[in-house]
Amino acid sequence: MRRILISLAWVLAAVWTSAFAALDPALVKPLGGDDADARVEAITRLGALGTPEAFAILNALNEEKLYVTPDGRVLVVEDDKATDPLTGEAFDLPEGTDSITVNNRLRRELESALAGLRLFADDAKVRLKAAREVQQNAGAAQLPMLEKALAKETDPRIRDVLDMAVATINLKSDDAEKRKLAVERLADTTNASIRPVLAAMIEPKPDGTFVEPDEGVRAAVVDTLARIDRHLLVIEWTGNLFYGLSLASVLLLAALGLAITFGLMGIINMAHGELLMIGAYSTYVVQLAFRRWFPGELDWYVVAAVPTAFIITAAVGMLLERTVIRWLYGRPLETLLATWGISLVLMQTVRTIFGAQNVEVANPSWMSGGVTVLGGLVLTYNRMVIIGFAVFVVIIVWALLNKTRLGLFVRAVTQNRRMADCVGVPTGRVDMLTFGLGSGIAGLGGVALSQLGNVGPDLGQSYIVDSFMVVVLGGVGQLAGTVIAAIGLGELNKFLEPYAGAVLAKIAILVVIVLFIQKRPQGLFALKGRSAD
Amino acid sequence: MNRKQFLKTLLGASLAAAWFTGPASAADTIKVGVLHSLSGTMAISETSLKDVALMTIDEINASGGVLGKQLEAVVVDPASNWPLFAEKARGLLSQDKVSVVFGCWTSVSRKSVLPVFKELNGLLFYPVQYEGEELEKNVFYTGAAPNQQAIPAVEYLMSKEGGGAKRWVLLGTDYVYPRTTNKILRAFLKSKGVDEKDIDEVYTPFGHSDYQTIVANVKKFAAGGKTAVVSTINGDSNVPFYKELGNAGLKATDVPVVAFSVGEEELRGVDTKPLVGHLAAWNYFQSIKNPVNTEFIKKWKAYAKAKGLPNADTGIHMWKQAVEKAKTTDVDKVIAAVGGQTFKAPSGFTIKMDEKNHHLHKPVFIGEIKADGQFSVVWKTPGPVRAQPWSPFIAGNDKKKDVPEGM
Repeated sequence: MRRILISLAWVLAAVWTSAFAALDPALVKPLGGDDADARVEAITRLGALGTPEAFAILNALNEEKLYVTPDGRVLVVEDDKATDPLTGEAFDLPEGTDSITVNNRLRRELESALAGLRLFADDAKVRLKAAREVQQNAGAAQLPMLEKALAKETDPRIRDVLDMAVATINLKSDDAEKRKLAVERLADTTNASIRPVLAAMIEPKPDGTFVEPDEGVRAAVVDTLARIDRHLLVIEWTGNLFYGLSLASVLLLAALGLAITFGLMGIINMAHGELLMIGAYSTYVVQLAFRRWFPGELDWYVVAAVPTAFIITAAVGMLLERTVIRWLYGRPLETLLATWGISLVLMQTVRTIFGAQNVEVANPSWMSGGVTVLGGLVLTYNRMVIIGFAVFVVIIVWALLNKTRLGLFVRAVTQNRRMADCVGVPTGRVDMLTFGLGSGIAGLGGVALSQLGNVGPDLGQSYIVDSFMVVVLGGVGQLAGTVIAAIGLGELNKFLEPYAGAVLAKIAILVVIVLFIQKRPQGLFALKGRSAD
Repeated sequence: MNRKQFLKTLLGASLAAAWFTGPASAADTIKVGVLHSLSGTMAISETSLKDVALMTIDEINASGGVLGKQLEAVVVDPASNWPLFAEKARGLLSQDKVSVVFGCWTSVSRKSVLPVFKELNGLLFYPVQYEGEELEKNVFYTGAAPNQQAIPAVEYLMSKEGGGAKRWVLLGTDYVYPRTTNKILRAFLKSKGVDEKDIDEVYTPFGHSDYQTIVANVKKFAAGGKTAVVSTINGDSNVPFYKELGNAGLKATDVPVVAFSVGEEELRGVDTKPLVGHLAAWNYFQSIKNPVNTEFIKKWKAYAKAKGLPNADTGIHMWKQAVEKAKTTDVDKVIAAVGGQTFKAPSGFTIKMDEKNHHLHKPVFIGEIKADGQFSVVWKTPGPVRAQPWSPFIAGNDKKKDVPEGM
């Protein structure tokens, strides 16, 4: 027991002395100075030191918790309490102390120094992340540290990344054999920034020689380049596919409500965009309510916003149907004008209540950020969630129309109103409910749109044209057509955009649609039989 | 009184009222027009300019007005609709008979009101950075010309301290300001030895909201060497752009984005933690530390009770000083008096209206976004810079005169 105590005391003493004697004041002082080069050097040297204290001070600098007094003393400040990192002495924040500004150049140095230190962390996840960061900007100066980390590392995934980083550095090696090995090793890389380095090696100089003198290495470079290019191509196509799918999900959510009100019921509903907008504003209001009453559960406001938006927009839709639209059935021109008027009224109402400016709808934290796949493609969470949400809404609508009694009535009324009336379907009520359903679905679209773009009174205006495009292209009266048209337009747009640019891609899409409608006025899928007219 | 009589009296009374109120109100107050979009895609940026204008007018009124008269602000909303700008401007000048108009943000809106101001000999103070290539007798430009914003920002990113960028993506909204600025920048970059293949120019429509492909392309482009993005995206498109940028994990340490039309206001509602280090070049930031700015921010917060981006008050103060010097609100006399006026601006510098070219001498700041959505200034010019409305990087500009036509 006594021996344990003594050894414990020794350990404590060692920690104590290393904590406050290890850092040389001359090393820390330049951090608070004005000379940028001296600051960079101080960071590099602290990083090379590799002690926990150096790590702590770099971390404080990275988190902007490092302050400097007018006389040049560097302090770590947390909750208005200052600590001297050299002595460990704590006191109140002195007058005139200012935080040390970190710019991008310092931040880059800091991150690479911190990543280097994290290579030796206990947590494998932290090590893997650090290894990836080091690999991004590996330089010759880091070679000894990387080799040290490699020697200690046991996790194969981390070893892999570290190997790659070492290979990147070894490209500049003097030994041709080492270079060749490095080039071969890099064939599996997912880091696109290696490509120009490699390409430069086989670039012929004016005098016929190459930057890379060894022929064997050059052959290896050609192989590696081909593999990297193939990989980049896969990333690009997968990326475009995903972006297209994401745009398709947005178009689909915007158009699905219209597919019901315009597609099934034949109402040219110019106020559809405003129903989307009301859905988005419902999300905003739910967010406000959560901020006010359940700040702890704020991240889940979106989930609560889904039924709220559905109910509110469905109610607005049913109100419109009862008061205006049902008097205009069978008169498309009047319906168009009346609903356009309604859209103006709704916009102005929202402007009066919430103001003309855009309102702020924040992504919940679980929808921020993204996941990296294939080593270079970032799929963002908010877009993935929205794709999933679109699928969910389509399934619900499909089930509602095909598996429920209401759906049966809806189909009956849209196919043959008089016959349905004769067999006792309350057509008036069904009309109201169908319009309410379509509006409610638009509200759900609004919830999704609020997570991607701006929420303002004009939100609907930018989607109304797209929505009609999707529904008309898909074929009026067909849910499947709407889905396929949305996917088709989304993918076409995203595969065109890299070549044509955003402006031209949009124009091209419109031209394609005009031509298509000329050729096939009934859209992709036409209803057959009596209901077609 | 029968109905006919009643109508007659009413008509007479209203005629008389119209007769009297015209000159009578002109004697009591001086009308000034405020022409900013309070709705539509530009409302995100322009609303705070309107608020600053009203605050400054209140302040001037509280301290006795101009020439002993109170200022009366006439606020109109052109709703981010460019032809409507011209219509509203005509209304302000010919119906409300305002002595001066403070307004416009986008260059398309300025170009659209210009013929109206020339025809009716009005006076416009234009408070926003723009592309240059214009010098009009009826306009005073209190925003930055390209050499007061775009070029210093690019020079900074080229420098060692700014990251030494070698490749450039010029990303903008598709209209006259980004197109012209990028033309100037392209010529400037070429003069610095940047290769044609190292410059990529991308445009999006107003109100664009899907930046996936663009961000992915920037990433791809950046694999070819140290890259920086110069963003001239205007209006609320900035919100989806920065959201996508943050979510896609494009960090400022890898690819810094410098924006010319983004301030504290545009970033409200965006999670700024992934955006730390991206830059903005501006002639003013809220976080600048000096007594004038502290005082300004205090007044601003008391007035608006919100965060905002104020840089429109300079023009109003300059106009007031010029009116006091000219002792009249007559447009031609005021125009002659504005040149040479100075004002101690919240940026901490005394800025001066050039005697000749209708532009301000003003400092340039470059700020990096902080985690809390404010900016920390990482670079600034030692003093105010004189504007070059005719950029030397556009061919043929060396022959143009540095004074407006007809002066």
